[in-house]
Amino acid sequence: MTVEQKKFSRVTRRGVLQAGGAIAASAALPRLAFADDMPAIGTWPAGSAGDSVFIGITVPRTGTYAASGEDELKGMMLAVDHINGGDPLLRKISPKTTKGVLGKEVKYVVADSAAKPNQAVEAQTRFINENKVVLMTGSTSSAVAVALNHFAQREHVLYFTAISGSNDTTGKDCVRYGFRQNFYAQTAAAALGPVLLKVYGKNKKAAYMTPDYTYGHTTQKAMEDFLTANGGWTTVTNQVSPLGAPDFSSYVLNVANSGADVLINVNWGHDAVLSTQQAKQFGVLSKMKLVFPYQIPFLAKELGPDVTEGVYVATDFWWTLEDRFPLAKMFVDSFQAKYGYRPEWGAENAYMSFALWADGVERAGTFYPPAVIKALEAGNHNDSVVGDVYFRAADHQLVRPVVIVRGKAPGDMKNPEDFWEVLDVVPGAPLMQAPDAFGCQLGDYT
Amino acid sequence: MLTWPNFYSQLLNGLALGSLLALISAGLTIIYGTLGVLNLAHGALFMLGGYAGYVAYEETDSFLIAVVAGAFFVMVVGFALERGIIRYFYNRPAEDQILVTFGIGIVIVELVRAAFGNLSKTVPPPAWAAGVTPLGFMIYPTYRIAVLGIAAATLAALYIVLYRTRIGMVVRAGIEDALMVNMLGINVYRVFLLVFGIGAMAAGYAGIINAPVVSLTPDMGENILVQTFVVVVIGGVGSFSGAVVGGLLAGEILSLTSMVDPAYSEVMLFVIMTTVLVLRPQGLLGVQGRE
Repeated sequence: MTVEQKKFSRVTRRGVLQAGGAIAASAALPRLAFADDMPAIGTWPAGSAGDSVFIGITVPRTGTYAASGEDELKGMMLAVDHINGGDPLLRKISPKTTKGVLGKEVKYVVADSAAKPNQAVEAQTRFINENKVVLMTGSTSSAVAVALNHFAQREHVLYFTAISGSNDTTGKDCVRYGFRQNFYAQTAAAALGPVLLKVYGKNKKAAYMTPDYTYGHTTQKAMEDFLTANGGWTTVTNQVSPLGAPDFSSYVLNVANSGADVLINVNWGHDAVLSTQQAKQFGVLSKMKLVFPYQIPFLAKELGPDVTEGVYVATDFWWTLEDRFPLAKMFVDSFQAKYGYRPEWGAENAYMSFALWADGVERAGTFYPPAVIKALEAGNHNDSVVGDVYFRAADHQLVRPVVIVRGKAPGDMKNPEDFWEVLDVVPGAPLMQAPDAFGCQLGDYT
Repeated sequence: MLTWPNFYSQLLNGLALGSLLALISAGLTIIYGTLGVLNLAHGALFMLGGYAGYVAYEETDSFLIAVVAGAFFVMVVGFALERGIIRYFYNRPAEDQILVTFGIGIVIVELVRAAFGNLSKTVPPPAWAAGVTPLGFMIYPTYRIAVLGIAAATLAALYIVLYRTRIGMVVRAGIEDALMVNMLGINVYRVFLLVFGIGAMAAGYAGIINAPVVSLTPDMGENILVQTFVVVVIGGVGSFSGAVVGGLLAGEILSLTSMVDPAYSEVMLFVIMTTVLVLRPQGLLGVQGRE
């Protein structure tokens, strides 16, 4: 129950007058400030009526994806600090930022999604009702991202995905109110595929291990389509498993007996760690080359460099990009100073998303969601930790490079976090499908 | 992957997987069968055994000490839980018991997360069981073969304690009629304490035995708990031999279905459970009408 409601529950003449006056005042204010072409929508104008605005965050803090979730959350908290303090790094991405967003302090509320869509939607519903959030964010599972996409469109509250690798997020499940910063199945396959063909050759047999939801299915298909069409690879088995399976031995055995040359492991979070460890236990890794289409935060740290050595992976960001991009250096330095380790790409994605949102609002000059969306759709170019980026208006996907890395041998590591060697930063635009190829229809502004 | 070598491989794997599931389920069924408490903290105790073993292993580099530490630490935790909380719930409705054990589970998981973080920990198998063993039609991790033996020996030992010793007799008499046993001059609450401790120890022991097969995370108990329930329901709730049969059956279902269509292997587990519940509600080896 909000303060206003409490006032009503004990009805006195004075109480009614006070509350009525408050309502009249709050209703009149935005009308004075803004023209009638910005009618109330979603949490606007209530969410930005005060001197602070709230962001609703739902990341997995328990379950298979918990480690990634915590890393994402740290990136978000750093971004909020930088927005409120007008940090130089943030101002390089969002040049109009001074302190806060449109002068308002940014606050956030956090809930654990456990990577479950219903839990995330429930928490965001609460944040909209109680905190009048002006922005929702958070996902590690694309199932959550897709659910929050549709929820955002229905509630008319902006949503930036956190990690989401499925083609559907800016494909068939895209919405006007949803935006995605990170790379995804299609661009991962288009960037990593040519490398695999060059290194391992044509006409190879591939085995896949795939988590049973939208990210897994679209990523597996994107890899398979690319490798089949361009290199004549065949798929000998595709081991689909449920999220958070306690044991992968039966799937691994099928892979072991498949006669494949390459094992492409699409699993995520601890599932990726466990399935790879068990593949090693069953001797699979001595027979097959291992590939991850998606670099999973903390993967090499958990598996150990002896497993990831020589393994090719696509990623959004790796900290050694600090040698190539000045903003990456600033980001890695401030993150490490605050949290004591070098950021994974979950944190980078979260930080960049917040910065791009802040820039969109500053350029719109208002929190009115349709105006912010139009500002983000305007094709404005921003500097980022991986160079120049911009949102594609037709599907709200950020056009950004995909980074190809290869696992370093234990002896080549210069520090305990020096797991991957950056081989290439592949420009994003040529990797992407036509905006409508995956069935994206953004829907209405209001 | 429907080939003969893969079939043999999966058959063996189902056995190894099943023996582990049976071991994990045994503790759950012992506690429910004797105390009537459905212990939803079982998954958390399983995880705790793994972490206790991990700490011991890091300190001593001895897998044997890790196993002993894992089992005994969780037994002590089990004693404390029984004395401090569980025993006040024996005479309360089943919903209360479920809620309190569920809550205990959450507390244990979050304490472990606070202490060890979300990144997984590994315990290597003992040196004599490291590596792989060639079996002709396939190679198989040596430790998983060892687990088959370890689980069989442990389950046999538990069976002897529960069904072939005096203390086991008292325990079983306590299930049938606690009041009568009490009137005969036997402290039934001490027996219940012991049973809860043994059930918890079985969970912790399974946790550390399972550790070299997987990697430890604070949430590992959650998913295994679901499979454990399926095992216990298939085998017969509260039936010790039912847990063994249910475990082996579940292992084979998971393994063999994955050959045909891996996406259905977990689903198949629930299909079989539902079928058992329809045809034989008390489970394969359960006794009808027993509470």
